[in-house]
Amino acid sequence: MAEITLVDAVNQALAYAMRENENVVLLGEDVGVNGGVFRATNGLQESFGEERVLDTPLSETLIGGVAIGMAAQGLIPVAEIQFMGFAYPTIDQLLNHAARIRNRTRGRLTCPMVLRAPFGGGIGAPEHHCESTEALFAHIPGLRVVIPSSPERAYGLLLAAIRNPDPVVFLEPKRIYRLVKQRVPDDGEALPLDVCFVLRPGDDVSIVSWGAMIHDVVAAADQLALRGISAEIIDVATLKPLDVKTILESVNKTGRCVIVHEAALSGGWGAEIAARVAELGLMSLLAPVKRVTGYDTIMPLFRLEHLYMPSIDRITKAVNAVMEFA
Amino acid sequence: MVERYVRPDGEIVAQFDVRFSRFIEPGGKVVCTPLPPWADDSGVLIPIYRTMLQTRAFDAAALKLQRTGRLGTYASPLGQEAIGAGVASAMREEDLLVPSYREFSAQLWRGVTMTELLLYWGGDERGSDYRVPRQDFPACIPVASHCCHATGAAYAFKIRRQPRVAVCFLGDGATSKGDFYESLNAAGAWHVPVVFVVCNNHWAISVPLGRQTAARTLAQKAIAAGVASEQVDGNDMIAVRAAAEFAIENARSGEGPRLIEALTYRLGDHTTADDASRYRDASEVNAARARDPVSRLHDYLTGTEAMLSAADEETMSAEIEQEVNDAIEQYLATPPQPASAMFDHLFSELPQSMLDQRASAEGEQDHG
Ligand SMILES: Cc1ncc(C[n+]2csc(CCOP(=O)(O)OP(=O)(O)O)c2C)c(N)n1
Ligand SMILES: [Mg+2]
Repeated sequence: MAEITLVDAVNQALAYAMRENENVVLLGEDVGVNGGVFRATNGLQESFGEERVLDTPLSETLIGGVAIGMAAQGLIPVAEIQFMGFAYPTIDQLLNHAARIRNRTRGRLTCPMVLRAPFGGGIGAPEHHCESTEALFAHIPGLRVVIPSSPERAYGLLLAAIRNPDPVVFLEPKRIYRLVKQRVPDDGEALPLDVCFVLRPGDDVSIVSWGAMIHDVVAAADQLALRGISAEIIDVATLKPLDVKTILESVNKTGRCVIVHEAALSGGWGAEIAARVAELGLMSLLAPVKRVTGYDTIMPLFRLEHLYMPSIDRITKAVNAVMEFA
Repeated sequence: MVERYVRPDGEIVAQFDVRFSRFIEPGGKVVCTPLPPWADDSGVLIPIYRTMLQTRAFDAAALKLQRTGRLGTYASPLGQEAIGAGVASAMREEDLLVPSYREFSAQLWRGVTMTELLLYWGGDERGSDYRVPRQDFPACIPVASHCCHATGAAYAFKIRRQPRVAVCFLGDGATSKGDFYESLNAAGAWHVPVVFVVCNNHWAISVPLGRQTAARTLAQKAIAAGVASEQVDGNDMIAVRAAAEFAIENARSGEGPRLIEALTYRLGDHTTADDASRYRDASEVNAARARDPVSRLHDYLTGTEAMLSAADEETMSAEIEQEVNDAIEQYLATPPQPASAMFDHLFSELPQSMLDQRASAEGEQDHG
């Protein structure tokens, strides 16, 4: 079995879901002949036809909104927003409709849709293409927010998202679209939603992260290991609903918690995690929770983006600080 | 079948036309007279032609820089140079340009420098801090979102009794967005001095116009909003400028907004991150090359009126080459901003509570 990239794994999961369930339809800008600007839907229009792989007119409000109509009629739309920076008009549809239609109608109408979007910095993309605003979506009650960190996770989590009977925002860290390759059997096996994964067990500090940052966290943990510090790495994967239990179990064991995300500090999803740890795990903490994040600034254009994004160095420094806290 | 109870002889309560103009056809031949009065005035035409050549030379250089890793993703204006140059030349300095991301010819006309353009596409905010057109909006990447800004700015002109006009450029794909319709609608309702220029290059990345809309023209989208509109050959600079001059002066004199649909063709890939051969035929692109706006104006200028000599053109090209080289040199010699630059323009003044974040960013850079 060949090793595939994260973006290939997305493609593989989409194809599997479309074969498995004829109600699955894909829609978005340039998803058809072009196969998506990152090629996530490459070849799918050829395989499944123009009705099921639909190039939409250029409108994100439309994409988010028609998906809801389709979903309420029993289709399972998987909508692609070309870049997260253009997804904000969909928030109106997601917040006011997708996330609440089940609740409003007491379960009579539902919204089994997935909204996919690449996000995050680090590839030198133009203005508005690099931000990480997952917390905006995670704040919305009734939405699931899922972020894979590897090809394997992308395949399993996307299948789970498509099979899930409620709306899921599936955010793809584009910095690692082609960074790592893994063997990902095309067996239709989903991964569980709503759980955090312990990526690497450790004893001294819990490092909690998601998406592309996981790779920097692993690199930081490798460096720390050389100095005898054993880090447990938690890949959050489903940001909302948050699996607080797994995080707390880890922090109970290590007594230290460092949260790493690309997004701005204030109101980032790390704030939610830190609050849960403070509320429910304070007594097990040996040091204050620490966050390593982007700054509360506009994400700079790409000449400076390396200074905005959390570096391996910032992560190891934060770990040192919690280790030395007394 | 359901009976149709609409009366076929019912009174017609609304009827509309969309007019198309072209003055010069490929090869430079005049196909429609009378021409606008400035169409034999080399003092008007040569500077516009120069801007089109500048844009083309800049584009070639930018693509080369991108390919050698010295520029980020870049959106080529190849084949659309007549629209920006023609429209901008009909604007006054105090008018306002609200561009999308492909209007280099309009921006260069208005005094944005090539170095600034390179800085922007090279990932540096200083590229949007234009030294000359201080009030012009920067490039807008979220498609059609800037249409609202143009209408808003025009409202400001109106209530302050300023005889100024906002000119907003957008693409064919952009006309599918709500922001566009909403801006047009409000512009019509408020009767404000704004001109929308739709650069219909027939593609929105891989989506051809026919899949974008069932509307026969994009000009007619304005009609629904009560905004006058017309269609021009966007590769005929004379037709573009004539329409723009009328629209802009009309708006300035209080006659309200207007929309111009300029028909053109995107000769290059959507951006350097795109590969157009995946979704369109080379034959279509080749056919479009024959309608090239730069050679059309060239042929007109060197034709019967002989407004441009070979020697003049050679001098002009040499000057432009020098300008481009100077701009590249200046761009490449511009050191990146310090980390603190992220904080410099976040607010008018950095809140006290953020000083620690700035310090840590600066520290990070020192160690990095
Ligand atoms: C709101 C929004 N959605 C998607 C994109 C990604 N994107 C950039 S340009 C483009 C196509 C625009 O087509 P058109 O309006 O015809 O302008 P052109 O690029 O052809 O000049 C798309 C989809 C974007 N920049 N903004
Ligand atoms: Mg277009």
